[in-house]
Amino acid sequence: MAMLKLSINGQSREVDVDPETPLLWVLREWLGMTGTKYGCGVAQCGACTVHVDGVATRSCSLPVGSVDASKITTIEGLSPDGMSHPIQVAWLQHEVPQCGYCQSGQIMASAALLAAKPNPTDADIADMVTNICRCGTYQRIKAAIHTAAELTIPAGGKA
Amino acid sequence: MTHVMKLSRRFFLTASAVAGGGLSLGWTAPASAADTAGAELGIWAVIHPDDTVVVRIARSEMGQGTLTGLAQLVADELDADWRFVKAEYVAPEVNLANKRAWGDMSTGGSRGIRASVEYVRKGGAAGRAMLIQAAAAKWAVPATECSTGMSVVTHKPTGRTLRYGEIAAEAAKLPVPDDIKVKTPAEWKLIGRGVKRLDTVDKLNGKLTYAIDVQLPDMLNAAIAQSPVFGGKLKSFDAAKIKSMPGVRFVVPVDDNAVAVVADKWYQAKTALAALPVVWDEGKNGNVDSAQIAAFLKEGLDAKEAALAQEHGDVTAALAGAAKKVESVYGTPFLHHATLEPMNCTAKFADGKVEVWVSSQNGDASLAAAAEAGGVKLADVKVHKHHLGGGFGRRGQQDYVKQAVLIAKQVPGRPIKLIWTREEDMTHGFYRPITQAKMSAGLDAQGNVTALHARLSGQSILAYLMPQRMENGVDMIAFQGWTKEEFGYMAIPNLRIDHAVRNTHVPVGFWRGVNTNQNSIYMECFIDEVAHAAGKDPLEFRRTLMAKNPKHLAVLNAVAERAGWGTPLPKGVYRGIAQNAGFGSYVAAVAEVSVSPKGELTIHRIVAGTDCGYVVNPDQVAAQVEGSFVFGLSALLTSEITIEKGRAVETNFDSYQVMRLASMPKVETVLVPSGGFWGGVGEPTIAVAPPAVLNAIFAATGKRIRTLPLTHHDLSHA
Ligand code: FES
Ligand code: FES
Repeated sequence: MAMLKLSINGQSREVDVDPETPLLWVLREWLGMTGTKYGCGVAQCGACTVHVDGVATRSCSLPVGSVDASKITTIEGLSPDGMSHPIQVAWLQHEVPQCGYCQSGQIMASAALLAAKPNPTDADIADMVTNICRCGTYQRIKAAIHTAAELTIPAGGKA
Repeated sequence: MTHVMKLSRRFFLTASAVAGGGLSLGWTAPASAADTAGAELGIWAVIHPDDTVVVRIARSEMGQGTLTGLAQLVADELDADWRFVKAEYVAPEVNLANKRAWGDMSTGGSRGIRASVEYVRKGGAAGRAMLIQAAAAKWAVPATECSTGMSVVTHKPTGRTLRYGEIAAEAAKLPVPDDIKVKTPAEWKLIGRGVKRLDTVDKLNGKLTYAIDVQLPDMLNAAIAQSPVFGGKLKSFDAAKIKSMPGVRFVVPVDDNAVAVVADKWYQAKTALAALPVVWDEGKNGNVDSAQIAAFLKEGLDAKEAALAQEHGDVTAALAGAAKKVESVYGTPFLHHATLEPMNCTAKFADGKVEVWVSSQNGDASLAAAAEAGGVKLADVKVHKHHLGGGFGRRGQQDYVKQAVLIAKQVPGRPIKLIWTREEDMTHGFYRPITQAKMSAGLDAQGNVTALHARLSGQSILAYLMPQRMENGVDMIAFQGWTKEEFGYMAIPNLRIDHAVRNTHVPVGFWRGVNTNQNSIYMECFIDEVAHAAGKDPLEFRRTLMAKNPKHLAVLNAVAERAGWGTPLPKGVYRGIAQNAGFGSYVAAVAEVSVSPKGELTIHRIVAGTDCGYVVNPDQVAAQVEGSFVFGLSALLTSEITIEKGRAVETNFDSYQVMRLASMPKVETVLVPSGGFWGGVGEPTIAVAPPAVLNAIFAATGKRIRTLPLTHHDLSHA
């Protein structure tokens, strides 16, 4: 066990935990933040995606001890009111979620994509959003990312 | 219903508005969330003074939109303003205590809407009649002079109005009318409209509490290891070896086939469990493998004994006398549901009572399973229903609920959250049954089909799960899509469809789309082969066989037209077509694919049609159709569970591959509702996904693929 200081959603949090524990479980069990989901535990499904210094990262395979100097953003902190990030706005407009279980991860992966590439092509999306959705919402994810890009880029602007 | 059933509000998980206007439908302490200000109009709707309409939902929401669809049905009959509509689950124990007033809670077989539609609409209509009567009484006018719309009652002659919220309390005092007429389709205002889902917002910000997210005071967490060989037993374990690991509290046997570690945190429980020495009694199946199972099924293809689905004419004679005979053998593997939320359940056993928090497709069954495992009366169980992180048929089974209660019973007084690792989940499914099919057809000299014999060999779901529902050794579910009511080629003069039941030790169950999936691949690919043998266009050929099945034909024609069947395509792109019927709906699809010379497949476009009778919510039907193709194409492209040493080989998403966004084709949904019936939408179209693509692959490469998944095949071509 060790006392770690983490920066999560702009807040400093202290946890007493084995530094080898994956960030996912520290979020869910030590900090009670259950928006980030467990799907596979082996970096395959993306349900556990968070941002580490802005980069989409699968937290199930990330020892918490390796991120104590990083800025971590989870789905709970993506936007102040939980619905105003362009990705969230577009997701609602396209009614992307079915069961919704994968969507925290899909949204975090897509938000990171948009930050890196404000006007992504279908190929960019296919490369960067590799999370599993068993309900099969991929078509709407694609469409919603394009909508979010339009919401983000000022009219007439091109990235 | 002849009387108002007044129910204590605290029994309900009440939908409560959350910041941002969303709907919170997870577990909130019912007592504190209870809103006693609402007026109950019968059992399906509660109206609040602020006009909020809370519609009660007995089925489960697992992504398929049933929650919204059912609320639409009730709200439409009620003439409610959709902006005020919310939904809440009926707690299973409340349903039980009221003689199942809310009907069947089971959510599977695409029944969410179609099996509840009559009584929930009547419930809404009764509420509307009560509101009218209350308003008429207040105005002292005849009820016939009043009309409703947008949550307002209007007295037509004078134009006076009353909001529902203003008269609901009065209306609730009236008897619930017994004999009530529902609207005709022409009068629908919400049914058929693409209203927004009620449960989206909380899925965008992490707020929705799935069962796996439940957090309770004093809660401990459990990880479980079940016998890796199906049917094996737990022999022994050495708890002393892990007792000192961080967080570990208890190590307990579960039933006779599993062991669980209970720890402060689940991650600790899972880590300790991995270090626990366990000895299993593998039983007699420890050496079974996929090759043996395949051989066992192959024998059934020519077996004398077979259960009959339907037969007319004389197939044997017609095949013997055919000018040309076509024969092919097909096969599909076991498949796992792989819901993204792994199996889990939280249970508390205290003072002879059991409480569970669960994502279940069947609240009633969860309650019964919890009672049985806890050894308590049904009346001593409470079930907190949570939205499901995927169901697909898996969460109709209650094994994980039983286990949670069995563990909680050994640690009384504290809630225990049991979560299966993905590996445990993948290797302990109720898999889509493995089957093979021998398809035989006879053609006359003009290329007309004179005979068709479809012989299934393989595992029966009913034999495994509910043998009492087998009728004289026949599992009619095995014939989904091929029954007299569903089969689209009834015009074939000599027809026989039968099944050599070959059960393995591998547990099987209802997998989204169930046996329509395998059967549609066998039939639709084979019909394509026969068309080719007859030298006819696959669409034209099907049309000639569908003379007795106009509904099937209409959907087939609709997708062919939308896809532009017969019109030129870009170079290298080819079409395939398939049709099927199941779960009360008629479906068809056209796929457009290309295959590079090296064998790389690209699925460019899918046109998917469905006639589900009436459409409740077109956008949600489209969402289901799009999603169903992901499900079906995963099965086509990459997914399979194989067996070695009596156990599942694939343990996680690295070995059990499912479709990802990069492979997603454009799916265009064509709705051709012919009215007069309520068909399912969550499942039927899955069945036409693989055969449409396989037939397009044949068009592109000349290769007939008869076993899945495609990863076993080389599609390269000159
Ligand atoms: S849970 Fe982390 S990638 Fe699946
Ligand atoms: S919405 Fe259910 S897994 Fe993606």
